[in-house]
Amino acid sequence: MRKILASLGTPRGLVVAVLLLAMALLPVIAQVLDQRYLLSVSTRIVIWSIAAAGLNIMLGYGGMVSFGHAVFWGIGGYAVGIFAHHGVHDGWLQWPVGIAAAMAWATLIGALSLRTRGVYFIMITLAFAQLVYYVAVGLEPYGADDGLNIAGRSQFSGLIDLRDRGQFYWLCFALMLATIWFCARLANSRFGLVVRGAKSNETRMAALGFPVFRYRLVAFAISGGFGGLSGLLLANHDAYISPAMMSWVKSGDLIVIVVLGGMGTVFGPLFGTIAFFVLEESLKPLMDMASKGTGEYWQIVFGPLLVLVALYARGGLDSLLGRGRARSRHRG
Amino acid sequence: MAEALLRTHRLVKRFGGLIATDGVSIDVRDGELHALIGPNGAGKTTLIAQLSGQQRPDSGRVEFDGRDITALDMPARARRGLTRSFQITSVLPEFTALQNVALAVQAHAGHSFRFLANARRDRRLREPAFAGLELVGLGNRAQILASSLSHGERRQLEIAMALAGEPRLLLLDEPMAGMGPDESARMVDLLRSLKGQRGMLLVEHDMDAVFALADRISVLVYGRVIATGTAAEIRADPEVRQAYLGDDSGT
Repeated sequence: MRKILASLGTPRGLVVAVLLLAMALLPVIAQVLDQRYLLSVSTRIVIWSIAAAGLNIMLGYGGMVSFGHAVFWGIGGYAVGIFAHHGVHDGWLQWPVGIAAAMAWATLIGALSLRTRGVYFIMITLAFAQLVYYVAVGLEPYGADDGLNIAGRSQFSGLIDLRDRGQFYWLCFALMLATIWFCARLANSRFGLVVRGAKSNETRMAALGFPVFRYRLVAFAISGGFGGLSGLLLANHDAYISPAMMSWVKSGDLIVIVVLGGMGTVFGPLFGTIAFFVLEESLKPLMDMASKGTGEYWQIVFGPLLVLVALYARGGLDSLLGRGRARSRHRG
Repeated sequence: MAEALLRTHRLVKRFGGLIATDGVSIDVRDGELHALIGPNGAGKTTLIAQLSGQQRPDSGRVEFDGRDITALDMPARARRGLTRSFQITSVLPEFTALQNVALAVQAHAGHSFRFLANARRDRRLREPAFAGLELVGLGNRAQILASSLSHGERRQLEIAMALAGEPRLLLLDEPMAGMGPDESARMVDLLRSLKGQRGMLLVEHDMDAVFALADRISVLVYGRVIATGTAAEIRADPEVRQAYLGDDSGT
């Protein structure tokens, strides 16, 4: 507790505290302002940031550019959708299966892709994601290209009602906090240090006696598991799944978010997701105002902004808040 | 004399038409400091790479502690107590000196599939790591990032990392490369203090250091061992004098 209070003295601690407080109260704020859309966007931000935090384990801490992470959204989403399609709405079944399937697929992709490096790694992760994408496109019983409407939300023995937008938001928010907490612990654990050490100098880690491949494979599985969790939340939020949720464009969005927020930082994925959505939601209407119909191309403005971040804020948005906690921990 | 801890049988390694290792059979005894010398391009680093598991020989065998380890990769050999340091400094630049050594300690403290407990504050890792830094004379540089250390300090850090796992045999690939005279002298003192506790195979160009430290010396020329013996035997060997020490013996 004292540590949390002390961290409020730093710019990062203060920003995070205000941000999380506002996010915790969001359903109330949205109700007072009578803004259902605000709650919907916020729910998406919270859900996306879970997947971004998962990708950050690979990309930020491990230095492995997985360019197919949206596939785990698809796997989690289709787990919920397919069960629901067959009348099974029990979340105690849907969710563990969705997360386990995502982790299993991550392990399989990892077992093959982690034998390669650099561009080859990127291409293999992309290829496997496209493979699943086209399988989903071909799944006639589950809507193929058009996707599938989900009749009922996941049910948890009546403990929580996911149809209630406020309750669903708070559940997602709690899961996001748990994800961020877990990732922060992971980063400084023995496991996390091996993954980060392998990013820094793989040969050295092998010479020390670490079987680097195994640790990276487990990191991939954990990372994919958070993607799966995020995907099944997304399916519950949209009440709809389609192959589009795992298109390579979405995988690109996730990478952009992690880089924008700050790779290998605790709160970077959250910062990145918020920035991504705020820019999308504000650039679209602004550009439409300037010239009708151009809002669709908001990324024309977003792209150059990203270049600026790449050039002038290498550590992402997180670095604007001063030296990272992780860095100061190096003393410890 | 103690029996061989590390032994190779007719190791051969080719790169295209070049034979880098040509039927090398050498042994390192427990507690012995065995130096490997030879002119540039003699195949010393290639031999170290095959001993550490970084490269596979085309034919021949590597035995460690009586067991055939030819098929084992580098991490598996390191866990069995066969550790190397690198000719070109290889540390983790984004980690502090202490964390570099702590990771080396961690590598030998069982598996690292521990996901929640903070390893940075783990005394079981920090204390041995700090002791390792003290041993090589970096005790007061523990919290400095490895990328901010001087070249000589990074070489010392390499030794501390290699020692952290308490290896039974240490492969040292030119530990004094690029060091100034003072730093070299400190490294010689350090290596001398380590003698007798574990086997060491030292590749080094600094002949003064080699003759001062080595129990036995092997001379590698064009991938072949042309002589093995004590410092006096090597000095007196006519073939070695001709092939390698020629210039020195003429003066």
